[in-house]
Formats: sequence, C-alpha cells, structure tokens
Amino acid sequence: MGGSASLIPRDLLGEYQELTFLSKQEILLAYKRFSELLPKEERENACSARVPKSQILTLPELRANPFQHRICHVFSTSETRDDSMSFEDFLDMLSVFSDSATSDVKSHYAFRIFDFDDDGTLDRKDLEQLVNCLTGQGEESRLSRAEMEQLIQNILEESDIDKDGTINLSEFQHVVSRSPDFASSFKIVL
Amino acid sequence: RSEKLFLQAETEHLSRWKKWRRASNKSLKKALSEIKGLSSYLVLWRHDIHSIEGKFGTGIQSYFSFLRFLVLLNFIIFILMFSFVTLPTIISKYGIFNSTVAYISPKNIEDICTVYEPSGNKGLVYFYTYLKDLLSGTGFLELTSLFYGYYSIDAVWISVMRYNLPLAYLLATFAYLALSFLWIIKRSVEGFKHNLVHDADPFQSYCNKVFAGWDFCITDPNAARLKFRSLQYELQTDLQEEKLKQKIAERTMEEKLRIYSLRIFINIIVIAILSGCFYSIYRVTVFSQENSNDVDNPNSQVNLLVQYLPSMVITLANFLGPLIFSFLIRFEDYTPAFEIKLTLLRCVFVRLANIGVLLFSLWSQISDCASDKCKPCGYNYKLYPVSRFILICFPWELLVTHCSCKLVQLFGHKEFEISDNVLEIIYGQTICWIGTFFSPLLPAIATIKYFIIFYVKKIVLIHTRKPAARPIRASSSNFFFLVVLLIGLLLAFVPLGVSIAHIPSSKACGLFKNFSTSWEVIPDTILQFPTGLQQVLFGMASEAFAVPFFVILCIIMFYVIALARAHKRVVEQLREQLVLESRDKMFLIRKIAEAQRYP
Repeated sequence: MGGSASLIPRDLLGEYQELTFLSKQEILLAYKRFSELLPKEERENACSARVPKSQILTLPELRANPFQHRICHVFSTSETRDDSMSFEDFLDMLSVFSDSATSDVKSHYAFRIFDFDDDGTLDRKDLEQLVNCLTGQGEESRLSRAEMEQLIQNILEESDIDKDGTINLSEFQHVVSRSPDFASSFKIVL
Repeated sequence: RSEKLFLQAETEHLSRWKKWRRASNKSLKKALSEIKGLSSYLVLWRHDIHSIEGKFGTGIQSYFSFLRFLVLLNFIIFILMFSFVTLPTIISKYGIFNSTVAYISPKNIEDICTVYEPSGNKGLVYFYTYLKDLLSGTGFLELTSLFYGYYSIDAVWISVMRYNLPLAYLLATFAYLALSFLWIIKRSVEGFKHNLVHDADPFQSYCNKVFAGWDFCITDPNAARLKFRSLQYELQTDLQEEKLKQKIAERTMEEKLRIYSLRIFINIIVIAILSGCFYSIYRVTVFSQENSNDVDNPNSQVNLLVQYLPSMVITLANFLGPLIFSFLIRFEDYTPAFEIKLTLLRCVFVRLANIGVLLFSLWSQISDCASDKCKPCGYNYKLYPVSRFILICFPWELLVTHCSCKLVQLFGHKEFEISDNVLEIIYGQTICWIGTFFSPLLPAIATIKYFIIFYVKKIVLIHTRKPAARPIRASSSNFFFLVVLLIGLLLAFVPLGVSIAHIPSSKACGLFKNFSTSWEVIPDTILQFPTGLQQVLFGMASEAFAVPFFVILCIIMFYVIALARAHKRVVEQLREQLVLESRDKMFLIRKIAEAQRYP
C-alpha cells in the first residue's frame, strides 16, 4: 500500500478525492488494481495509460455483469471510440458506483447505461434489450413474445408520465427515486 | 481538469471570511472521512458479508446483516446488565474497592422460609450429577451469577456511596427494553417512509424489478447464472399472477361461494390444529412441573427427560406447523404472493403463541402455590425454567434445524429458505428478551449463539445449489425482518410487565425479598426523594396529567397523518399536470409541423 501511494503525487490524490466520491483508500486500491491490468512496462505511468476494453472486462467486478459492454462504452473518453479506459475514466466509474454517490448521479448514469442505442430516451427496443440482459443470454432464458409485450406495457404504464411511448431522463429519475432497491443494487465496491 | 479550473475561478471571488470557512469545512470533511475509513476496519465481519454479497446478491446479504445487528444488540444489552448489576455484586462479594454488602433483613417471615438450598448436592457428588445440573440448570448453577438467585443483596457500599441494587436491576431491565425498541424503530424507519407516501406497492412494481433488478455487486459467474434464472422466474411469475388476478376478477357468483366456503372450512381446521397444539403444550408443561419435583429419585434419567419434555413438544410443534400450513394453503386458491404472506403469518403466530402458552401454564402452576406461606425461591424457581428453557432450546434448535435440512435435502430441494431462518432467530431473540430479566448473563449466551449461527449458516449457504423459489429483495426483506422483530419485542413486554408488576416475589432468594412485587422498588425509592420532587412525579403519574398528554399526542398524530395525505394528493395533481403539459407539447409540435408545410 505504501508503494502505490508514492506513485500518485499528493496533489493529484487530493484532487481526485475532491472531484470524486471516493475516499483516499479507495483511490489507492483503484490505482493498484488498474496498474495490475497494464503490462509491466507501462505500470510506471499508469495515470496516463489507457487499458483496452478486453483487459477491463477481466476484472471480477465486471466479468459477470451483463451490462459490461455498456459500462465500458459510457465511461470511456477514448477519441478512437474503442472503449478503452484511462485511470481517470476508471475512477469516474468507481465514483459513480460507490456507496457515497448521490442517487441523482447514479440514476443519470444508469439511464445512459440502459440507453442501448444512445438516442437519449428509453424506447421499446431499449427496454426489450434491457430485459433480455437481465434474464441471461441463452435462447431458452428469454421471455416469450407475449410476456415481453405485457412486461414492457406495464413498465411504460408505471414510468411514462407524458405518454409518448418512451422514457426520458426525468421520468427515469422520477421512477428510480421511488425504487427502494436501486441504491443498494447499483453499487460496485472493489 | 475543467472542473478544477472552475473551482479555482470560484474561490477567487470570495471574501476572506468565506475562504476561511470553506477551508475549515474541507479539513473537517477530511478528518471525518479519515475516521470513517479507520472505523470501517472495525465493522464486524465486513469481509465475510462483502463476499456473500458478491456471490449471492443483496437479498441474502440482508439476512446476514440482520444477524450482525442482533449480535451487536445482544452484546450491548449484556454490557448494560453486566456493568450495572453483575459487576457491583461481584465487586462487593470479593471486597474490592473497600466495598461492603448490606444483606436484606427479612421481616415477619418464619426462619425456615428464608433459607433456600438448591436440591440435593450434599455428600458425595458424582460427575453425572454435575452434568445433569449443567444440562437442566439446577443445582450448582442456580447459585451462580447466571441466575437471579445470585443477586440476593440489598445494597452495595463503595467507599461512602450507596448503590441500590434492586433499583439498578429494575432500571437496567427497562433500559435494555427501551434501547432495543428505539434501535429497531430507527432501523426500520427507512422502509416505512416509502410505504407511507407512495401508494402503489413499491417493492413489487415492475420498474423496481427491471431497473434495479441486477445486483452490480455480483462477482461470481455461477452466482450471476443463478441470478439470471431467478430474475427470469420472478418476472414470469409476476406476469402470470397479473393474468390470474384478471381471471379472479371475472369469477362467477357460484364459484365465489364455493371458494369462500372452502376457505372458511380450512381456517377452522387451522384453528383446531392450533388449539390442539396449545392444549398439548399446556398439559405437558403441567405434567413436567408436577413430576420434576419428585424428591424420591432426583438423579434419575427419567426426571431429566421429563424436564426436557415441554421444550421437545414445542420444538415439534414449531417444526410440524409450517409443513401442515403450506400443505393446506394449496386448497385455498389464493394468488401466490398472498399465499406466501398468509403461511408466513400463520407460522409466526404459531411460534410466538407457543411461548405464550408455555408461560401461561407455568404461571398457572405458581398461583397454585400462593396458598403456601412459604415458597422456597417462589416464583423465581418456577419462572427460571424460562431461562433454562433458552439454554435447553439452543441445542435442540440446532439439532432440529439440521435434521430438517437433511430431510428436505432428501427430497431434492437445496434452497436457502430465508424466512424460516429469520423466524427462528426472532423466536430465540424474543425468549432472550424475556429471559434476561431472570438471568442477567443470558445476552452473553445469545451473542455467542448468534456468532456460531453466522458461521454455520454461511457454510450451509455455500452448499446450496438452487436459487430460492421466491427471490427475496433487500429492501422489503430488511423491513420485514425488523417488523417481525418488533412484534416479538412487543410480545416480550407482556410477560415481563405482568411478572414485574403483578406476581409476588419470593422471600427466600433474589433481590426483591422485602417488596411484595418487583415494581414496588420504584415507589419506595421515590418516597425517599425531597417532597417537591415527589409531588411532581406523583402528579405526572396521575390522571390529571395523563389524559391531556394522551389527547395532545393524538392531535399530533392526526396532524402528521393529514400532512402525509396532503402530500400524496399534491403528488397526484403534479402527475396529472405533467400529462397535460406533454399533450400541450404534442399539440404545439403538430402546429409547427403544419405551419412549416404551408408557409
């Protein structure tokens, strides 16, 4: 632990603490895990290196997650759109998923993760893909057509307030604020 | 980067006072987060619960957090009772700190009544006797600090201070009951808030299941597979239930008649079974009490078996009851969710009512003794079987749960049934609350017991293969555990209240030798206060104060309820407004589109 502390300069550490919801130990632990994903030669400047998506997906916290690709896509700031993540992207992700993040921030990012076609609203196709992610990837684990229709109808009835057939960000945030399980399930702790 | 520049720009415009305040706020926050970081290492079982969460999800993790809460609660109750009751007694008995003991001087009682010897330990003592005494809590154990009989002193003098032990005992009892009550309420407030403001059942809504359905904490691919299956099963069950509800709404008159008469019939059967249970417990307890005082052969194994008989019967009833109920409810044709709730309710009722019947039958024995002038360790002797009951119950509970686990495994189910596990724990905790009054070191035993149960259940969980048929959600389960625990606590108030205030205490042993009931210590102490204070206290206890106080409380409660209802109505109105707004928006967009087409 002492070794990795000396590799992040102190003012940078303080800055990260101010800008994210993470505590000092959490940032140091994140640094340690991030540098383990890099090949040995690049570990010296882990702060400025980028880790390819395939490496990120080997993290135990992400490998069992059906939303792993969406998470990498949403938090990656890569200009080449290859979903690779830098250390600051990684911290960003951990900050949103941490215990102390506000539910506003969490619901904002949850909306972006669930918006599979990136068009700013959750329409029927997005909801269908979401439910398929939840029930598993095999053919026999999907819901039947009729069940899917009934389920999406119920979801829209509960959350689509302006009745336009899609869920926008504020409707999503409203329905999630009433959901008692959201805060405890939308959480990743290293 | 850009956020840092933004912060810098902001700071330049602030005055010196505001800068200082901001800097001190930051350092305070840093200090607090350091403390929080350090204290997170002190949390019990942090790593175990985290790994359970990763493997099995937050639903099952909430059960283990509940266990941890109970361990802490019992530990604190133990510290409370130990430091206020046991410690002064031990200090005075061994003469540390220059303390002396004032023994209670009995008044107006014949000498023979004041001496109590625990049965038959004179002369040759065999190892077997010790073992039997250990198992049944009689003999040498009676006079240890485990049981009430140890605390037979009136006051402890430490240097020049007089420490009134009976008062301390009673007040410590009230303190631990109040502490448990407040702590449970504090923990359950969160779940309750949701229920009050939002009408639709928030735990079961589809949005909650879909948007908050996936546990991002899961790290194990096997657990993820289990979670997929359970989510799929849950969604399908809910959709089926909705279709079933529609079908129920379309039932014809004669079908309804048939089903209602069937339900009434089954409820009568349930009541008959329950009364059979209670009657058998009553008879067995009476039989056991009568025959265990058999002085002729106090060392026989039959005697031991007879003493264990009530607890065996109760454990049997608790085991068979749920099985019978889950069999019967299939005929009543309810929706699956309601079936589970009703079965659970019936099981809770059976377990808690069994304790009630046991206590009732023990008390009926005591009132028979009222005619005797002389009761060696009187009601305490009769009622401390309750605390022995807990010691005895512990090995039985473990035995029966594991036997039933094995039995169920024989039939191929390998589920981790949360509700059953929770009910057992709450049952044990209720007995612990009742028993602590008679046996001050009981919370320590309960703490150790829950400690062991944590590790046992963890091992059982790891060997489970099937996901639970009805997946439990974290928020609803937290609330459910705490509500049932609260019911147990309120039920524990009843026997304690009756025994403190009503039942005459023994003259030969215990703290309340000089008082007719245990409660009398308090009026006695108040009479020693200065007159002014006495009048205030008596005034508070009189009707002239109590009735207006009650009326004011009712008014406050009605005000708060009316406020909540008004908030709900405002929420509804705002939702309707939103719908209208969007319609206006659609209208305007159409108008714009038309205007653009025909310029």
